[in-house]
Amino acid sequence: MAAAVACRQKGIEDILLIERGAYLGGILNQCIHDGFGLEKFHASLTGPEYAQRYIEQVIEKDIPFLLNSTVLNLTPQKEVIVINDKGLHHYKAKTIILAMGCRERTRGAIGIPGARPSGIYTAGVAQELINLKNYMIGKKVVILGSGDIGLIMARRLILEGAEVLMVAEKLPYSSGLPRNINQCLYDFDIPLLLSHTAVDIKGNGRLSGVTIAQLGKRGGVIPGTKRRIACDTLLLSVGLIPENELSRQAGIILDPVTGGPQVDERGQTSIPGIFACGNVLQVHDIVDNVSLEAEYIVEGVVEYLEGRLTKEREIKVELGEGLRYVVPQRLISRKDTIFSFRVNQPGQHKVLLFEEGRRLIKKKSLRRVNPAEMVRVKLSSLELEGIKRLKVRLV
Amino acid sequence: MKTTNNQFDVVIIGGGVVGCAIARELSRYNISIAVLEKEDDVGWGTSCRNSGVVHAGFNNKPGTLMAKFCVEGNRSFAELCRQLDVPYKKIGKLVVARKKEEIKGLKDLKAQGNKNQVKGLEIIDSTEIKRLEPNLAGIAALYSPETAITSPYLLTIALAENALNNGASFFLNTEVKNITKLNNSYFKITTNQGEFTSSYIINSAGLYADYIARVVGIRRYCLYPCRGEYHILDKNVSWLINHLVYPVPQAGAGGLGVHLTPTIDGNILIGPSNEYIRRKDNFSTTSQIMKMLSKEVREFLPLISPGYIIRSYSGLRAKQAPSSEGGFWDFVIEESDTIDNFINLIGIESPGLTAAQPIAQRVVEIINKKERLSPNPDFNPYRKGILRFEEQDEETKKNLIKQDPDYGEIVCRCEKVTKKEILEAINNPLGARSLISIKYRTRAMMGRCQGGYCLTRIIEILREHFDLNPEEITLKGDNSYLLTGYRSDEVSKPCKKKKSLSLEEELPVWQQQLPAGKKG
Ligand SMILES: Cc1cc2nc3c(=O)[nH]c(=O)nc-3n(C[C@H](O)[C@H](O)[C@H](O)COP(=O)(O)OP(=O)(O)OC[C@H]3O[C@@H](n4cnc5c(N)ncnc54)[C@H](O)[C@@H]3O)c2cc1C
Ligand SMILES: Cc1cc2nc3c(=O)[nH]c(=O)nc-3n(C[C@H](O)[C@H](O)[C@H](O)COP(=O)(O)OP(=O)(O)OC[C@H]3O[C@@H](n4cnc5c(N)ncnc54)[C@H](O)[C@@H]3O)c2cc1C
Repeated sequence: MAAAVACRQKGIEDILLIERGAYLGGILNQCIHDGFGLEKFHASLTGPEYAQRYIEQVIEKDIPFLLNSTVLNLTPQKEVIVINDKGLHHYKAKTIILAMGCRERTRGAIGIPGARPSGIYTAGVAQELINLKNYMIGKKVVILGSGDIGLIMARRLILEGAEVLMVAEKLPYSSGLPRNINQCLYDFDIPLLLSHTAVDIKGNGRLSGVTIAQLGKRGGVIPGTKRRIACDTLLLSVGLIPENELSRQAGIILDPVTGGPQVDERGQTSIPGIFACGNVLQVHDIVDNVSLEAEYIVEGVVEYLEGRLTKEREIKVELGEGLRYVVPQRLISRKDTIFSFRVNQPGQHKVLLFEEGRRLIKKKSLRRVNPAEMVRVKLSSLELEGIKRLKVRLV
Repeated sequence: MKTTNNQFDVVIIGGGVVGCAIARELSRYNISIAVLEKEDDVGWGTSCRNSGVVHAGFNNKPGTLMAKFCVEGNRSFAELCRQLDVPYKKIGKLVVARKKEEIKGLKDLKAQGNKNQVKGLEIIDSTEIKRLEPNLAGIAALYSPETAITSPYLLTIALAENALNNGASFFLNTEVKNITKLNNSYFKITTNQGEFTSSYIINSAGLYADYIARVVGIRRYCLYPCRGEYHILDKNVSWLINHLVYPVPQAGAGGLGVHLTPTIDGNILIGPSNEYIRRKDNFSTTSQIMKMLSKEVREFLPLISPGYIIRSYSGLRAKQAPSSEGGFWDFVIEESDTIDNFINLIGIESPGLTAAQPIAQRVVEIINKKERLSPNPDFNPYRKGILRFEEQDEETKKNLIKQDPDYGEIVCRCEKVTKKEILEAINNPLGARSLISIKYRTRAMMGRCQGGYCLTRIIEILREHFDLNPEEITLKGDNSYLLTGYRSDEVSKPCKKKKSLSLEEELPVWQQQLPAGKKG
């Protein structure tokens, strides 16, 4: 919606927004907690409230949209096939903006051994069942993974009368935002066990217990630390994966680390005229950044439509120490560019360096860094002028 | 034909692929048949937990029933699948030697296959291997063009539905507890759902066939569960291999070695392991084996990385050979010599899926010899499965949506399953209603997100359709409920809020404060 609204604001007439769900707003609809919109709207909104602000703009600006309509195919020629209860439709576009969001990593993907009872949910599914469908999923809960959704669901489950026994995190630090650890665990006395994971699952029908063990420095189980926890529900908050099945189908090149398309500074994928923003490009922790990213890439969409987005150069952004990924992965023009990063580990008093060989282009000090928090830095066209190479690292 | 409620000519214990095949073969005749299955659906024993391979028959000892029925089953499999609308693909198999010492093993296999009258076996060299399988390394291989793949659960379901359609009765959630023979003529079968009587009993209870035999006093059989664990890989990497790829079997092994199996739906299976365990209901996967499988398979195919795994599972072989001995003992398919009309099927391990139809025909032969069964004039060998929207061409898709708008709603995003297919699965003729039953029938929840998108939608469809309470929705029947009810409106205990920390303070971390529990 943010991209569609921005397109209309830039004067693009012919837009179509396609959504497979029954309403606009995506994942925001199930995030009924507050804290959304602090940057964008200077207010602490709930997810649905944040979405509503965009829905109103979509309606006001008369942007056509389809609901309950799933895109089945995307071609490199920028054609999409959509199905809904009216039939199967082809749409051909000059540009396409991918904003399909992300999905959750599952038990199968992280390979927790053990029995296969009911009562194992990913945090997002639990959130949907409770917040959107009004169901309760269990009584005694262990949460695996301290991602934000897991933390928020810990609080949610307590408020709904369940017992949350613990949050176990494989890493020696949490992968959730500090404010969420504070407000969702600390405030409710829920133990957070770092360097712990589930090593076995018991239960024939419904889940009856989970075995938790402590992990050593190399990630192996420390002998003698296994403990059986009786519970009826295991919630997994173990990572999000950008939903790029359509991108893959179209032959768009993906970045194995972000899971999203490789893009240039305008959010353009390896297929000219196909752009990506939001969680499909990289998993965001704050929705305001999703909106900002959408608005930012629309500049490139306009340029593309006007034939101004030409390839003036091809610079691969190299990744140095301390960083897990950088978006964009390449630069093709001479524009002001916002770079997004995730760091490898938590740290304090770090410096982010942008360099061309030995020449320092820009330096930014960061008081605290945390893998859970995306770092965004803008470089001006002037700073990027004339460079042949670009490397970023964190020291 | 069926006279009173629970009185039948033949009771089949166990609705696995074998029990269902027997029910279908028997439904060609004018007799009343009941299948008693303890689970919420057919096929949940070993029949949904295997490799899904239609073996050619070169692995089995010449002269055994295993060899004979495997080869026969392989030959008639395509036709069986055609009649029952079950997917089948003859993709061929490579048994790959990586060391010189293994080449003799290949030659022995080929000779054994020839003796069993397996068609088309050929030993190929490394260039030919590269041509067939560009990603694979090997110095020589046995190529078997007749080896095929199928969907083991769809086959089991199809056999059951076809038998049902031809007059057989199915009783799910019905566990046989005791059997007695009355007046030396009728069997009285006690189950958790009441009593049944019958003139014949067919014991096709898979892993539990030894137990069922013991219940009537036959003590000579003992079945040991031998677990095979698998990983399932994402469809995105289905291009890695084109054929079934097996190592050269080791002497005395009770399995065929860790192999790569393309499934009919386009995933690849890695496995199975081979481990005797104690309990017959232990389908757990274990971290040691999961790691071993990943490692072992990379020796074959270095391109496989653990990131491609979307799920793991295990199946249990019904072994007659004790662990000290290992290896394969031949199928036992015979009428008991002490109890008339009691037919035992013991040790139906691999290739039991391939051989299901010939095994069933053998059982019918045994009964026919005694009874001279008259044919069922209405027998119809055909059955239609659920049409898969995703597999249709565009014109058909358009027409389908026009006929029924439910085809226009994608419920499972990964496998592109529509609401129409879910509805058909929910309304299956056997009356199985749990999520696993829907999963096997439609592939919903089987993709890379494992139900992340569709679980909620399916729950809603189920509730809408059958007017169920939230607690009544189960993963796999019995005690496997998914929801504990509706969200409560009251808060159970007051939550006192603490002073929030400022961002400058270190975040609190609780270590080692686990609630009391036993050491694992
Ligand atoms: C549980 C959770 C808690 C969060 N908490 C906070 C918070 O407290 N504060 C904060 O600021 N941010 C928070 N965030 C982050 C932020 O809300 C999300 O990152 C943001 O909403 C993602 O927006 P998106 O448009 O990229 O993706 P989505 O909202 O996921 O939207 C993608 C849309 O694309 C549709 N779609 C996908 N594929 C297709 C297809 N083939 N055809 C048609 N439609 C398709 C989907 O149905 C979906 O509606 C949270 C995120 C989550 C998941
Ligand atoms: C790891 C593995 C891989 C294999 N791979 C292949 C392969 O690739 N190709 C091949 O041809 N074969 C293969 N097999 C063998 C094949 O799966 C089996 O031979 C076949 O499924 C056996 O079918 P069944 O009907 O005898 O047993 P089952 O499917 O186990 O059926 C027995 C049924 O009886 C029911 N039951 C048990 N006790 C009772 C009771 N008291 N009351 C009521 N019901 C009861 C059970 O619930 C079960 O549904 C493999 C087996 C394993 C374990």
